[in-house]
Amino acid sequence: MKKLIILFTILSIGNMMHAQEDLFDILDEETPQTKEYATATFKGTRILNGHSVENRKKGVLEFIISHRFGRVNSGVDELFGLDQSNIRFGFEYGLTDDLMIGVGRSSFEKAYDAFFKYKLLKQGIGKNAFPISVSAFGSVVYRSVDDFEPGNEPSETDRLFYTSQLLLARKFSPAFSLQIMPSFIYRNSVAIQEDPHGIFAVGIGGRVKLTKRISLNGEYHYTVNPLESIDTTNSLAFGIDIETGGHVFQIILSNSITMIEKSFITESTDDFFEGDVHLGFNISRAFQFGKNKKKKLKAIQESNE
Amino acid sequence: MKSIITTIACLILSVMSYGQEKFLTKSGHVSFFSHSPIEDIEAENDQVLSIIDTNNGAIAISILMKSFLFEKALMQEHFNENYVESDKYPKATFKGELINFSTLENNAEVTIKGNLTIHGVTKPTVIKAKIKKTEGNISLEGNFPVKVEDFNIEIPSVVVNNIAKTIKVTFNLDHQPYTK
Repeated sequence: MKKLIILFTILSIGNMMHAQEDLFDILDEETPQTKEYATATFKGTRILNGHSVENRKKGVLEFIISHRFGRVNSGVDELFGLDQSNIRFGFEYGLTDDLMIGVGRSSFEKAYDAFFKYKLLKQGIGKNAFPISVSAFGSVVYRSVDDFEPGNEPSETDRLFYTSQLLLARKFSPAFSLQIMPSFIYRNSVAIQEDPHGIFAVGIGGRVKLTKRISLNGEYHYTVNPLESIDTTNSLAFGIDIETGGHVFQIILSNSITMIEKSFITESTDDFFEGDVHLGFNISRAFQFGKNKKKKLKAIQESNE
Repeated sequence: MKSIITTIACLILSVMSYGQEKFLTKSGHVSFFSHSPIEDIEAENDQVLSIIDTNNGAIAISILMKSFLFEKALMQEHFNENYVESDKYPKATFKGELINFSTLENNAEVTIKGNLTIHGVTKPTVIKAKIKKTEGNISLEGNFPVKVEDFNIEIPSVVVNNIAKTIKVTFNLDHQPYTK
């Protein structure tokens, strides 16, 4: 009898202690199961030359200025390429958290470009989550430079180029992300008969974070059926992302001199390993429009009730 | 035999009453505010979990860092990526005790003593709060300062003027009776 009472006493004390230890277990049990997605697979909307799987969120306007200088091996007379410069500036805006659009203007070929990027699938966090993020990218480029021979004026449609890309990315760890981008570029007009109108390419890009705010990036595009009229090379780039508040700086070394897909994927002619390297920068500044927080808070409060 | 039955009955009763003497909220409000000459930053979280055990005044709070909402989307991303590192440390927690809980009156000031964990760093913390205590709910309301450097959160020199060294954390936790 005594033994029993002792047993129960121990049990009940154990039970009491157990109850105290369990507060966090109860909180864990009561935590609503919400879907979580991987964020910041890349710091910027560009890996280096091409687009990353990152979008700007709803209501964010980003102003991007990109430069590519001349070849660093062009000698002191050209100040190692700095005398020559291509520039693109663009305005890019998040219509929703999943859809962003943008327009830009490049000095090279006086080209105007417009693009959209839409998040089709998002990499999740946790067990049985979807393993990768998939975005669709589409752009149209209008080449406005008048460099035709007299009497051979291109029609307006002849000046157009189209790019479609699928961006498949995975954030393997907070420090390491990888992206593969199959691309199809279509040109309405070609220089010679042998040039393909449609060019297939596949790109691979990645980043390794060196510190919280600095990452090392690389990007390479392999063209399956390159242009015949010029001696093209595959685009290769290495660079560093530096993030400071609302800015992302990217310092780039690449054999491509342009910043729009139709150009750097299909029209690069320089050989990276021969020293035909261009120094470049992407500089972006983000501005937030709209009162996102209040709406989201309201939605949460309503779902709590 | 009788005494065994009594003991068992008491035990069951005590276990049952135990379950009912916890108060829980899943929609607690925690916000923080950083004031600096350049900008004010505020983030709010309406999905804070908190539980109080009325038998001993024990309290446990769990805050999912990714649930903090900022006005600027990029700021929210940087908060999670660069400052509190939410992938590594998804939650901030507080585990402590409401001092002299059983003798507290409604609308009294309560001292909460415990350990606050943010960014993987645990610090003993004492917080004063106003308590509202009725049959149907227990609510805690108050604020306290958090020194950013105490929790190994680095502020890079470029934004050192944008972010306050001490952040004001405000909370409002309205607990309801918890039954399993």
